[in-house]
Amino acid sequence: MLVELNWIALTVFIVLFGFITWVGFAAARWRKGDLDQLHEWGLGGRRFGTIVTWFLIGGDLYTAYTFIALPALAYGAGAVAFFAVPYTILIYPLLFVAFPRLWQVCHRHGYITAGDFVRGRYGNRWLALAIALSGIVATMPYIALQLVGLEVVIGAMGVGGEGLVGELPLIVAFIILAAFTYTSGLRAPAAIAIVKDVLIYTTAFVAIIVIPIELGGFGKIFAAIPPAKLLLAAPAANSTGSYGAYATLALGSALALFLYPHSMTGILAASSGRAVRRNAALLPAYSLLLGLLTLLGFFVIASGVDKLPQFAAGFAQFKANFAAPAVMLWAFPSWFAGVAFAAIGIGALVPAAIMSIAAANLYTRNIHREFFNANVAPKDEAQIAKWVSLIVKFGALIFILFVPLQYAIQLQLLGGIWIIQTFPAVVFGLFTRKFNDWALLCGWLVGTVMGTWMAVAMNFNATYPLAFAGWTFPGYAAFYTVVLNFLVALVLTPVFNAMASQPGRDETAAGDYVV
Amino acid sequence: MAEKPSNRGWSWWYLLLIVLCAAALWVPFYNTVDPTLWGIPFFYWFQLLLVLASAVVIAVVHVVT
Repeated sequence: MLVELNWIALTVFIVLFGFITWVGFAAARWRKGDLDQLHEWGLGGRRFGTIVTWFLIGGDLYTAYTFIALPALAYGAGAVAFFAVPYTILIYPLLFVAFPRLWQVCHRHGYITAGDFVRGRYGNRWLALAIALSGIVATMPYIALQLVGLEVVIGAMGVGGEGLVGELPLIVAFIILAAFTYTSGLRAPAAIAIVKDVLIYTTAFVAIIVIPIELGGFGKIFAAIPPAKLLLAAPAANSTGSYGAYATLALGSALALFLYPHSMTGILAASSGRAVRRNAALLPAYSLLLGLLTLLGFFVIASGVDKLPQFAAGFAQFKANFAAPAVMLWAFPSWFAGVAFAAIGIGALVPAAIMSIAAANLYTRNIHREFFNANVAPKDEAQIAKWVSLIVKFGALIFILFVPLQYAIQLQLLGGIWIIQTFPAVVFGLFTRKFNDWALLCGWLVGTVMGTWMAVAMNFNATYPLAFAGWTFPGYAAFYTVVLNFLVALVLTPVFNAMASQPGRDETAAGDYVV
Repeated sequence: MAEKPSNRGWSWWYLLLIVLCAAALWVPFYNTVDPTLWGIPFFYWFQLLLVLASAVVIAVVHVVT
């Protein structure tokens, strides 16, 4: 056992988990629709207004894994962890400018996935397949990482043991997740997200007020941080150093975020393009929360809880990922630690549910219907999606139980590189039809291959030291390769246009995009 | 397509969004300890403040466009 079994925290955790289980099943009757239709099951009937969308997208993007991993990064590596803040600043102008247009065109034509949009816009099923594959493959390791968040908080309450019996709580949580997603579709995570966000905001604000008071103020906390962790290292001569790495990490992550299928699903489930626009101004509240929670990593250093004997086993098993739970156990009374852990644990289920739904939508629409059975009835379509969502989740569970965590983290890094390659086709496609579809497909292929190669060559480090004219530009591989992707598409567009007898059919019209 | 859609929806107000993004990406500007605020180094409080600014800027652009 990692820490002593914490009965009070565990009881609070189980009660809250029981509550959201009930919410998840009851959600099937919320804003009632025919759950045998894919857009009802997989998009909640596109009926969520500004406020529910705020909870849904917030619960979707700010996942349990980020709440565990960012404090862990701050604890281990210092200032660089704060890249999440400029990253989440950059995403909302993009959301504001581009994605209401996506909502409009998808609503007009009944599109459920990014692949559907690309299929309609460019009339090219292979480009749509590329979009769908990137989405599915990038999502799978992301779901697995959500379970890591859950695993860490369960371990922090002293539950666990050797072998499969020790993993039993995780398996139980997972079966609950699978069951309510199957029956209620997107309505379940939307309803649960409201509970989860109330808990996580409470936790964050209590943490950011109580812990600094216990530690004697922010001045003392930051004074305890070693200088090497407090700021980014100044770049060496002829290099953009950590500055360029920090900025490209933020920018690349921002460009990638809304291309993830689960983000796309959250956006498309809104009731109007204006609801999406409004949310671009309201969602930064979560970024503030994320920045504050990242500071928990520093609270760990300042409080020295990582040196305490009762947490040694936890740090030994979960490494830096144990940082946030440890400082919560140390600073909070047991019952409130239970609330905080429930917030993180439920925070794992919400995105995991949405991700599995989004991956299922992609498979059903852009692979199954496109390549296997074009005449699938609406009811069968929804049924296939339900089954695929189950398969995706169990795949993630098996991954976490039997494959070293290292691989899930590496795959998630690759996932970011893969998903960003859909940017030119999807986001530029919202504004112009000037790119040739085959040129975009070539760009996607070059970007995907080069990005994978960069990550592997750097031994799964996110930054690649690009050397040019005597300078070194260490930067996020996803960002460099999406630029390459764009250039390839740009150069090849006139080539393919000259070769093709006729361009692919565009079933959308300019007016379809106007919000 | 009959008409050219590329300029549809552009507004000069969007420049505010670009300024916001540029500020978030200009790392050398904010990678310092001083001035501190309640003991928090500039690097941290500036970026958190920029989050609040981003909400305000987007809200303003939303209302006026």
